[in-house]
Formats: sequence, C-alpha cells, structure tokens
Amino acid sequence: MSRADRIAALHQAAKERILVLDGSWGVMIQRRELSEAEFRGARFADHPVQMKGNNDILCLTRPDVISDLHDQYFAAGADITETNTFSATTIAQEDYSLAPQDVFDLNLAGAQLARAEADRWTAKEPHKPRFVAGAIGPLNKMLSMSSDVNDPGARLVTFDQVYEAYRQQVLALHEGGVDLYLIETITDTLNCKAAIKAILDLQDEGLEALPIWISGTIVDRSGRTLSGQTAEAFWHSVRHAKPFAVGFNCALGGELMRPFIAELARVADTLVAAYPNAGLPNAMGQYDEQPHETAHFIEEWAKSGLVNIVGGCCGTTPEHIRHVAEEVAGVTPRAIPERPTAMRLSGLEPFELVA
Amino acid sequence: MRPTFINVGERTNVTGSAKFRKLVVEGDYAGALAVARQQVEAGASVIDINMDEGLLDGVVAMRTFLNLIAAEPDIARVPVMIDSSKWEVIEAGLKCVQGKPIVNSISMKAGEAEFREQAVKCLRYGAAVVVMAFDEIGQADTAARKIEICTRAYRILVDEVGFPPEDIIFDPNIFAVATGIEEHDNYAVDFIEATRAIKATLPFARVSGGVSNVSFSFRGNEPVRRAIHSVFLYHAIQAGMDMGIVNAGDLPVYDDIDPKLREAVEDVILNRPQRTNVSNTERLVDMAPDYKGEKGAARVVDLKWRDAPVGKRIEHALVNGITDWIEADTEEARLSVERPLHVIEGPLMDGMNVVGDLFGSGKMFLPQVVKSARVMKQAVAWLEPFMEAEKTGKPRKQAGRILMATVKGDVHDIGKNIVGVVLQCNNYEVIDLGVMVPADRILDEAEKHKVDIVGLSGLITPSLDEMTFVAREMERRGFNIPLLIGGATTSRTHTAVKIEPGYHSGSTTYVIDASRAVGVVSGLLSPTDRAKNEAATRDEYIRIREQFARGQEVKARAALPAARANRFRPDAATPLPPRPSFLGVRAFDAWDLGDLASYIDWTPFFASWELIGRYPLILEDEIVGEAAKDLFADAQAMLKRIVEEKWFTARGVVGFWAANARGDDIVVWTDEMRTVELARFHGLRQQIAKTNGKPNLCLSDFVAEDGDDWLGAFAVTAGHGELEIAKRFKDAGDDYSSIMATALADRLAEAFAEALHRKVRTELWGHAPDEATTVEELIAEAYEGIRPAPGYPAQPDHTEKATLFNLLQAETNAGMQLTESFAMTPPASVSGLYFGHPGSHYFGVGKIDRDQVEDYARRKGWDVATAERWLAPILNYDPAAARRSDAA
Repeated sequence: MSRADRIAALHQAAKERILVLDGSWGVMIQRRELSEAEFRGARFADHPVQMKGNNDILCLTRPDVISDLHDQYFAAGADITETNTFSATTIAQEDYSLAPQDVFDLNLAGAQLARAEADRWTAKEPHKPRFVAGAIGPLNKMLSMSSDVNDPGARLVTFDQVYEAYRQQVLALHEGGVDLYLIETITDTLNCKAAIKAILDLQDEGLEALPIWISGTIVDRSGRTLSGQTAEAFWHSVRHAKPFAVGFNCALGGELMRPFIAELARVADTLVAAYPNAGLPNAMGQYDEQPHETAHFIEEWAKSGLVNIVGGCCGTTPEHIRHVAEEVAGVTPRAIPERPTAMRLSGLEPFELVA
Repeated sequence: MRPTFINVGERTNVTGSAKFRKLVVEGDYAGALAVARQQVEAGASVIDINMDEGLLDGVVAMRTFLNLIAAEPDIARVPVMIDSSKWEVIEAGLKCVQGKPIVNSISMKAGEAEFREQAVKCLRYGAAVVVMAFDEIGQADTAARKIEICTRAYRILVDEVGFPPEDIIFDPNIFAVATGIEEHDNYAVDFIEATRAIKATLPFARVSGGVSNVSFSFRGNEPVRRAIHSVFLYHAIQAGMDMGIVNAGDLPVYDDIDPKLREAVEDVILNRPQRTNVSNTERLVDMAPDYKGEKGAARVVDLKWRDAPVGKRIEHALVNGITDWIEADTEEARLSVERPLHVIEGPLMDGMNVVGDLFGSGKMFLPQVVKSARVMKQAVAWLEPFMEAEKTGKPRKQAGRILMATVKGDVHDIGKNIVGVVLQCNNYEVIDLGVMVPADRILDEAEKHKVDIVGLSGLITPSLDEMTFVAREMERRGFNIPLLIGGATTSRTHTAVKIEPGYHSGSTTYVIDASRAVGVVSGLLSPTDRAKNEAATRDEYIRIREQFARGQEVKARAALPAARANRFRPDAATPLPPRPSFLGVRAFDAWDLGDLASYIDWTPFFASWELIGRYPLILEDEIVGEAAKDLFADAQAMLKRIVEEKWFTARGVVGFWAANARGDDIVVWTDEMRTVELARFHGLRQQIAKTNGKPNLCLSDFVAEDGDDWLGAFAVTAGHGELEIAKRFKDAGDDYSSIMATALADRLAEAFAEALHRKVRTELWGHAPDEATTVEELIAEAYEGIRPAPGYPAQPDHTEKATLFNLLQAETNAGMQLTESFAMTPPASVSGLYFGHPGSHYFGVGKIDRDQVEDYARRKGWDVATAERWLAPILNYDPAAARRSDAA
C-alpha cells in the first residue's frame, strides 16, 4: 500500500470501528534490563555522557528490542503503534548531548522500525491494516512557564528554537514512513503550537500532508494542563491544525480522565482519542491497575460514545492493550458532533462567540 | 434579543492609555500588569495589547509583556488581542501565547501578496484576525469604501487562503467626529452603515473597532468621551458590531446618561440635522464643560472584600493573587501584632495554607499558586525592614536559601522548577542545580552555599532509590539541615520508610505538591515553629513506619554485674584454637582482584543502591527486580573491566597475637610469655534482660581468660585507585559509572575481607584447616570464627579502630588511615578482629545503661561525657536527663 492508500484506510477504519493504539514503552523497555553498554551500542560506545535511560536511542542501538515491542503490541490487537521517538528532539536530547544528525537518524530509524512491523502485520492480516504514528513528545523546556522568578518573563527556549527542533523531528519521521503524527503528552500548549506550525509549514513547502493527532495532558483533578488551560481552551488552541484526532493521555488513570475526555467529546468536531495511564502510581511509584481494570474504564467510554481511538500510556502493557482491544471490539465509535459555527478563542479558559 | 457585545480591554494599549505608556516606557511591568488585571476584573472578555510607541522596542516590549501575562492566571484566562501596525511585533506576540489570540491587524495596505502571506501565518499560528478596511489606495472612510474593501478581503481570505470566516473580524475604521471639519461629521454613520452591510453580506464575519477614536476631539473631558462611546456603541451594536476596544469598566449605561447630554451626543454620532442655529458639534462642545467634573459610572470591580477584617483581606489577596493593597494590609496586620514575624506566621501563612488546600482539592491550579506566592513575596518584602530593625537579640527571620536538584538518573524538572518559582516568589533564594545531579554534588554545593534546606525532586521510579541515597549521604557527611522530598513518584510512605530513617541528623519532609512547598519551608525555617514542625513530621513518619515494622517493644536492661554474671561460657570440652602460623603482622600488597570478584556478596551491593532484598532473589523482586537486574548487569560489566584493567589495587594486612580476656576487655600480649601488655581491646556487653538462659554477650567472652588463646586482626582495602577512577567518570559526565566504581570498590573490599578470612581460618591461623566452604556458605557465615569490626553491632565504639590500626601498622602495611571520626580511608576499606573460638558468633550489643558507660569510660581512660558522646547511638538513657537528676 502506498502511504496515500494507508491514510485513506486509516480514515475508513476510524469510521468503522474504535481504533486501538499501543501501550506504554517505558515500562516495557525497563523490563528488558538493558545495560549502559547496550544503550550505547557500538555507535555511542565512547559517548561522553550516560545513555542509560535514553529509551529513544534504542532505535539505533537495540532495534531488535524496539521491533519486538511493536510486534507485541500489534499481536495484542493494536491498530496503531507509536514510534519510539517520544524525546527525539534536539532540545530533549540535549540532556544526553546528542548531535543533531544523531537525533535525525534516531527519528528516521524509529519510523522505519515501526513501519516494517506495521507492514508485516498488514501483510499477515490484510483485513486489519496497521498504522504508524510518529511520536512527537513534549519538551522539558516550556514556552509558557517562567524559568526564573526574578524575571517571570524569562524562558529557557524561544518559540523559534522549539519550532526548529520539532521541524527536524517531523522531517525525519516523515522520511521514515510514518502514517500520521502524534503530538502527545502536551504540557504546554504553546510548545504544541510550535510543533503544529512546523508541520503545517512543511506541508505548505510541499511535504506530503499526513493526519495530525494531538494529545494533551490534564495534570490533575482541576482539569487543567500544566500550563493552565482547560480542556476546551486547549481544543480551541489547537483546532487550527485541523487534527485527525484530539485527546488526552498520561498523568491520570481512566477514572480521573473521564470528565475531561467527555468534555472534549462534547466540543471537538474531530475524532477523540484517549490513552490513560494504568491508574495512578502507588506509594512506591508502580502502576497497579490490572489490564481488565483499565479495559473496564475504556469500555465504558466507548459504550458512552466518548471515544474513537483508545490505548494506554504509562504502566500499560500488551496485556492491557489486549483487554482494551477485546472490550472495544464491535462498539460503535463516537459520532463526530456538528457544532455551530462560532469564533472560538482561548486564554487559559475558552471563549466562544456564537453567530 | 440584545446582541452580544465583546469588550476588548483597551488600557493595555500604549497609544490609548497614557498611564500604561508611562508604566511600560519606565519599565514598571508590575504596574502594567495591574492595569491588565483591572481590565479583566472589570469585565473585558479579551484584552488588547499594543506597544507601538517610538520610545519602545515593540518586539521586546510585546514579548516581555505577553510572557509576564502568562504568569498571571487571572489575566491569562482571557484571550489576548495582539495589536500592532508592525507585522514583526505581531509575529513576536504570536510566539508567546498558548491560547488562541486575535491578531490586530492585517490589511491590503501593501497589496494582496503581503496580506495573503500574513493571513496564512495567522492561520498557521492559530489566530483569529482583525482585517482593517485599508487597501493600496488608503484607509476607507465612506461606508461604500469600507464595504468594498472588506468584501474583497473576505473573498481572498475565505476562497483563496482557506481562512475560517468565523475567525475574521473586520475593523471598518472608526474615525473621530465633531472635529469641526464637515467631512468628518458622517464618520460614525459610515461605520455603522458598513457594519450593517458586512454583517448582512459576509457570513460569519465579525465587526470590531477602536471606539475611543470617535471621541478624540474631546480628549481631556473624560465624562463626555464616555458618553460618546456609550452612545456610539448603542447604535453600532444595534447594527451588528460584535466587539470593540473599549474600557469596559468605564462606560455609563446608555439609559443613565443625562438626557440633555445624550441627545447632543446622539445628534453628533448619527449626524442628525442640527436642532438650533449652531452645528451639532458646536452644541456639544459648548455643553461639554458642564459635564467635565462628573464621575463616570462606578467600576464593575467587586471590592466588597475590602470591607473584611485584615486577615480575611490578606487571605483574599493571596487566593486571588492581588497585590494592589497587600502592602497596606500587611502594614495594618503588622501594627496589630507584637512582632513583624507574626504577620508571616499568622495571616500570611494562614492565607497560603488556604491556597494550598484549594490547590490540593483541585480548586486552584499551578499558575495561580505561583501568583499567590508573589503576593506573599511582596508582603514579606514589606515586613523585612521592620524585621531588620528589630535588633532585640531575638532570632530574626531571614529569607532562607534552598538548594534544589532533580536527582541523578532523572531528567524531569518541571515540577521542581515550579517549586523553585513558588519559593523564590516567597523571598527564598533558590539554588537550582538542574537535573541528573549526583548526590555528592548536591551536598558539595549545599556546603559551599551554606544552604538552609536541600530539596530533592524526582519523577521516575528509580529516583526513589537515589533520593534515599542522598539522604544517607547527608547523614554520612554530617548534614543536619532539613531535607525536602518531592516529585511525582515520591510519597509520604516512601519518605517515611526509606528516606527519613537514613537521615537522623536532620529532618526529612515529604512535600506533596508545589503549593505546600512554601508552607513546609517556612515552617522548617521558622525559629519559633521549626522544632514543633519537625517533631510533628517525625512522629507522623514513625507512625507510618510502624505499619511496616510492628512490635518494637522496649525491653528492660539488666544491671552490669548481673549481665556479667550471665556471660557466655564456652563449652569447657572445646579446645582453644591452635597457635597461628605466625605471630606479628603480614602485609599483602596486591591481592588478585579476579579472586576477590568471586567472593563478592551482592546483597549489600544492592542495599548500597537502596535496592533491598537478598541476592539473587532480588533480581526477581516485584518492586525492585527491574532496577536490580539493570544494576547487576552494569556492575558485572564494570567489574570485568576493573579486574582486567587493574583499576584498583587491593592491599591488606593481617596480624596475630597471644591474647587473653580480662573482664570485658581483651589483652594483647607482646609475646607468648603473656606478661607484657601490647594493647587492650575494650568490649561492651549486652544488657538486655535475657530469658531462656541465653547469655549477655561481650566479645571478650570468645577469648579465654587463662591459657594459650589468641586474637587476630586485619585491615584491607580495595580503594587504592578508586577515587581517581570515580573522578574520571564524573569528569566525563558519567556519574552512574562513578558511583558504580565506588560501590564496587566497597564490595571488593568486603570480598577481600571474606577471602582473607578464609585464608586465615584454613591457613594463616588454621583453626579450621579442613573447611571446604562455598561462597554461598561464606556469605551466610557458615563457618567457625568471626571477624567483628569496631563501629559495628558487636562493638559499636568506632574509636577501637585506633588500637587496631596501631597494632597492624595499617598505614605502612596497607596505605590505610583513619579520619578524626575514625572513618577509614580509602573509603573502600574493611577492618576487624579475628576470633577463632568455635563458639564465637556475631551479636549486637544493643542499648546499654549508664552503669556500663561509667565502667567503660573508666577502662578507656575517658570521662563519662566522652563515653556518652561516642556511644550516643546505643545509650539506653538520655544523658542530659541523667545529669539533671544527679544534680537534683
């Protein structure tokens, strides 16, 4: 299938059923108990700083581990897998002193590994094509939060720097063959807007357009992103991307995430996606929620018509995804609401001026 | 139905507000923010920000002000309108707002190409846009020109650029009326007519305008200007005007305007036929002075809270982040209490606690908390000179200095940064070491900067172990300042069970979230409340630990004579150990590291990384198994290199002497004549009241009082070369390997002790020549004889190491020294005594009573206070209380 065919198939599949994304990568990689030497591989054997913990680097140094995870999640029933490139921007990789070319290669390899597994599964099960979402994660540097109280206007990065970092990542993911972009775990909407602009600009410049999936993170019961926006304000801030899907992931488990997903389901005139954590971490930092429990929450969302795409974030495993996939199979996906035309703006809170 | 009208605040516009311009030009951004806040409180749904002023660098001013607004949640809650005639200023603004703003404005002034380009950019940044009725020819003045230009722009935007029509706002230009120039008289009508046409023919498009322009000729007479605005809006809104740049809090209600004034204004706005022999303009100009002194309608801002008592006002200001009155309120509060400090500890902290509770229950969110903190900071700043002046000898409240770091292995620091901001806002100095900070650097910097508190942050699970390590390091290095633990993965339980017990010399407090940080820190640094707070936390953590480890009942002690009477008596039938193969000392210069590697006991290795569990089961442990496996693999890899590349040199010394017990002491003789005393090891005896006929042990029980008995001693190190290796890794940025090298050196030193002990048992002393013990059995200590070390449970007094080192001449023979605290250097070192009696076994002395301490002091040649100092951890009584009761 050409990429255009795959994208058409993705849109078609989203109309027909609730799609399933894969689960967590961190936990699964941790289980492989890889050593510093394995993280480094031959390519980074002499790298001056510690590589361990830089999960993304495994795309280059342990591709077998990454391919195996894609395979496991597809085997569990996922329709979409994410590339292992959550932190693969030049800015995020500064923590590991990675050179820009290495970061590019990392995204390219990450996309190619996922592509190969997806294609293998699609060939094996042509009735259920598999898709690759290029994971574009948040940065540890935020554009909306001050880095220095003596100067509340201080920022550690500029919009242009964030934009450029995302632009390089998008180019590499695209070249590696992803079917869509997934801007995820968004803590600061302005960072996300820089990523959106990078994608839209590249499309303006002639890069083949791919669907965009935007996934924010509501940090607590207050229902705000870390940068302070409500769910609806967040949607207003990103709607210009004309996203294929919008949703939330991470930070909360299914139980706490529900009201905010319901809010998005109400206001977003596009597909709604949700992939919560396996509950909240316990006192020792572990996720206790069992696969059937996670699936139970998600099944209820599906049956209540709140979601079009589901999956798992921190603490979820192929077993969680298997249960989720089983529970949502055959459930009618959420119908996209038609909303009255209105000027919709936002600060931290939404603003709407209906005609 | 009355049409909806959107107030766009105009006071944050340097071209429209002299006050705002002055504030910005002078760099008083706090004042400028107050203007913005006032507008939002007054009901502005959107705030217009304009920095087009010759004295200002518009790009810098726009960026600065928008970034500042982002830190003000009660301003940032509304969308902004980025207003400039310069595109680069607009684009700088677009790069600073996370919400969806409005760009004000673009136009076809420089042609369609630039218009399209800027429109596309607005689309890509995600902004609605104001389009001015301006084309290549000029600004539209008549209704026809306005409609023509707006229609053309609409078609380009919607049909060509793909701009959503609902995001287009037209500004058909509001020009000043009543200027005395006849051509201007119809300007208001032109605007109103154009508005009506645009709304009728361009679907979903909106109409806006800068309202204050219309009254420009009446500047200096605000009441009349406000009446003009009100009347103008009344008619423009009827025609379909959706939004306007107006000072929303200032407008009189149309119906409330004096009818005479209203009629005159209306005649001007609607360009009605003149009623008298003077023009409408002249009539209004004549009338205007009569209204000059009149106040406008009352502000919409609800100031009822100002009537509350001062404590409540301060709370309101903190919760709402309002700084306008905080100094006055703080001063009022100060005058009502004895000391300025009490304002902080009273109403200010009470208010911050309310903030914390609201945040904790999800009713406030982080940016608001940051703002609350800033109110706090202002109040504290106000109080500071008074506290400074208060030189009464009492401790003065000072802003504390707090060191913060995300611990090693963790690159997440957003939470920590927020805590830093909150603390700094509260007048604390924050030294932020950033991420992946190893324990040693945290503590080095803490010492260097003489900080008051160390705060550790972590988000990923392995950070829990690292924090425990830091706490233990603080203890080891003699810190006593408070330690704060925070971050997503931390918990009160973990802090209580794992971190706090490792740090006895200072307090450890779990901080559940950023909003609690200030309350906790000020509580810990408060000279009056610190002890109380620390004790409360300590008590709480003890209770939490008791859920983990129950049944720690306190047992009564036996008197020393009774304990001695119940000493361990070796079976008389058991022969004494044989004479060692040599007497005196023997050095080992470079023990084979490969041999030592096979003797490593890995369980304490994991414990040193705070992974608790027995090796190899720990590798399968549900909680720490993953981390343990990772660590173990890395350790094996490095160990291989240590051995192959000979990173360390293992040196040691062993010695044997004729020896006999003398009471609780062991006398070491110069030779086998057993007449001249070479040295004396002092013992401590268990005083726990024993049951089941078990003895009260002392190490001297394992040496015969009479006959040919012997004592051995050793000191070994694997630490030569370790510091250099560790530093090399650290300088290369590899702290993990650095610490790993240190941990492995420690393990190799222990392994050395194990290997040497085996050689002693089977060969050098030879009291168990035939033992064939596996490494597992060695580790399980399934062999005859023990090697207790001073400072450990069987003899908790570290000072005994001095005797040991002297006997062994450890410095000459193994390159080992003791610090003034009797710590061994290199750090990866082990020393101890050898007991060969088959009945000898390890035990813990446990708590001892004062009778034994006095006896021990006499034997050591110390005064009792010195003994109590060195034995502090095992005293079964409070020395201070004991002395008080003596004196009484």
